[in-house]
Amino acid sequence: MITVTGATKTYGAFRALDDVTLDIPAGSLTALLGPSGSGKSTLLRALAGLETLDAGRVTIKGIDVTAEPPQRRGIGFVFQHYAAFKHLTVRENVAFGLAIRKKPKPQTDARVAELLELVGLAGLAGRFPDQLSGGQRQRMALARALAIEPSVLLLDEPFGALDAHVRADLRAWLRRLHDEVHVTTVLVTHDQEEALEVADRVAVLNHGRLEQVDEPLAVYDRPANAFVMGFVGSVARLGGALVRPHRIALRRPEESSGVASSVRSTASASVGSASTSSPSTSSGAGTGTAEFGEASVTVDATVDRIARLGSETVVELLDADGVRFVARLNRADSERLGLARGERVSASAPLDPATADFGDYVI
Amino acid sequence: MRLSTPARLTLRTIAIAYLAVLVVLPIATVLTKALGPGLASFWASITTPAAISALNLTLLILAIVVPLNVILGTVAALALVRGRFRGKAVIQTLLDLPFAVSPVVVGVALISLWGASGWFGALAGAGVKIVFAVPGMVLATAFVTVPFVVRELEPVLRELGDDQEQAAATLGATPWQTFWRITLPSIRWGLLYGTLLTISRGLGEYGAVLLVSSNLPGVSQTLTLLVHHRYVDAANAYGAYTAATLLMGLSLVTLLATALLERSRRTA
Repeated sequence: MITVTGATKTYGAFRALDDVTLDIPAGSLTALLGPSGSGKSTLLRALAGLETLDAGRVTIKGIDVTAEPPQRRGIGFVFQHYAAFKHLTVRENVAFGLAIRKKPKPQTDARVAELLELVGLAGLAGRFPDQLSGGQRQRMALARALAIEPSVLLLDEPFGALDAHVRADLRAWLRRLHDEVHVTTVLVTHDQEEALEVADRVAVLNHGRLEQVDEPLAVYDRPANAFVMGFVGSVARLGGALVRPHRIALRRPEESSGVASSVRSTASASVGSASTSSPSTSSGAGTGTAEFGEASVTVDATVDRIARLGSETVVELLDADGVRFVARLNRADSERLGLARGERVSASAPLDPATADFGDYVI
Repeated sequence: MRLSTPARLTLRTIAIAYLAVLVVLPIATVLTKALGPGLASFWASITTPAAISALNLTLLILAIVVPLNVILGTVAALALVRGRFRGKAVIQTLLDLPFAVSPVVVGVALISLWGASGWFGALAGAGVKIVFAVPGMVLATAFVTVPFVVRELEPVLRELGDDQEQAAATLGATPWQTFWRITLPSIRWGLLYGTLLTISRGLGEYGAVLLVSSNLPGVSQTLTLLVHHRYVDAANAYGAYTAATLLMGLSLVTLLATALLERSRRTA
């Protein structure tokens, strides 16, 4: 559907895009995920023709559009700060692309009404953008982009300027909209949760390079490298290995033989592999093999800070070398364990062979 | 800062007195002297052939200068805000020059350029009269009013950003369509203010125009030149007052237009 080949863009000495090659399948909702300055917005704007590439090609629906201006790419674009036409009403905003195309009025009116219904702004057609909330403005911008029936919908951090609640609502709404409308969609975001929740494919960018493209869960479970692991989901450094904080089990050293008092943290508490791993007797880091054949890593650590976030508890720890890491426990487990600041514990986590050698990555 | 009541009243009195002596009293005396002898003689004095010619010439110059500076000023503001090119700082400074330089200097400069012995003096020799004719007066007025539209539009354009223009482009609008449908409506207030300021300044220009005009009554006098001519050369003080009142009337119209715009903008 959309193919990007060898896309490169530099601003002076800064490499915004470095030889990016990417395929975006028809009908998919693909998220371009990365930190600020990773090139994700530049890539999206290059798809739209709002940015010209120094090298590389872009094709949409098999047609090479690299040299085409935005007007002739058949795209819909939604900006982070809405880019609402402030002097036009909601209706006029949505009708803009149709007016440019000189569509007959009855046809335009019908299409606009249909779209306003779709985005839930049917009653606000006569308002001006500054009489709308941020979420409503962004839905208007989406309707405006969809009005011209684009073959591709490009969203540049569309929910970035909204507060957390509205953002979560709009995300779910966008997902439903996409299931209804099926237009090939590319979404730029720096929020990994947003990418995993909304997209069916995630492309992770860093320093202008494409690090990994895969399904959301695959990016999380089988990150291609330490950067992807660290950026998609949180990580803790345990004795030189990178592990997910909720996979860390904490126990008191003197109770280390007692399985009952050791607590596995939230998400995988029922798996129980680490809680049955052989207790480490060394004072530093140690690796052992769990009962189920899973390698694990165990370190001694001191509790430095405990934050109770309601459903889960975040425990900040310092290992013997003073390296700080975080473990996430579910509430029941953390209450059973009853940890206090300054307490010495032993922390262990199963070692995933796919990510075990990411240890030398600097978080 | 909190002031005691006497201090506050004293400050207010000083401010009002200052304004009265500086602005209100002179205008009031001109008005009383112009209208004192009655409306009929006032009307007769501003409808002499010389006065009508002066009014026409003033309006003609404005009719050429205002569209010219509005269009070029808009283009210049767009280039300065949106464009990336060398020498931007130089152009910024040049645009402030008409504010900084005395209009008399402008007049002298125009003569030295277009006059018979100037760089383009050959034109004058070939019968194309620039200075001491209407084209020179247009050039002089255009020079002194050039910054107004640009300086009004620059902050408006900067504040506007180019998000909306990019959105219009992705929706299929050509740059020309984008300008008419998006940019122009968004900057219309700034453009109107700039236009009104250009008109006010153009109406009142004296020094630069005086130097490049042949200053003949009924031929090449603007209203400002007529006021001066009547007072100084023709020893017709009453005629100077009436012509000045007419000039003020025109300024008042633009001032009122500005105020009305301000109001409708606030309620819009």
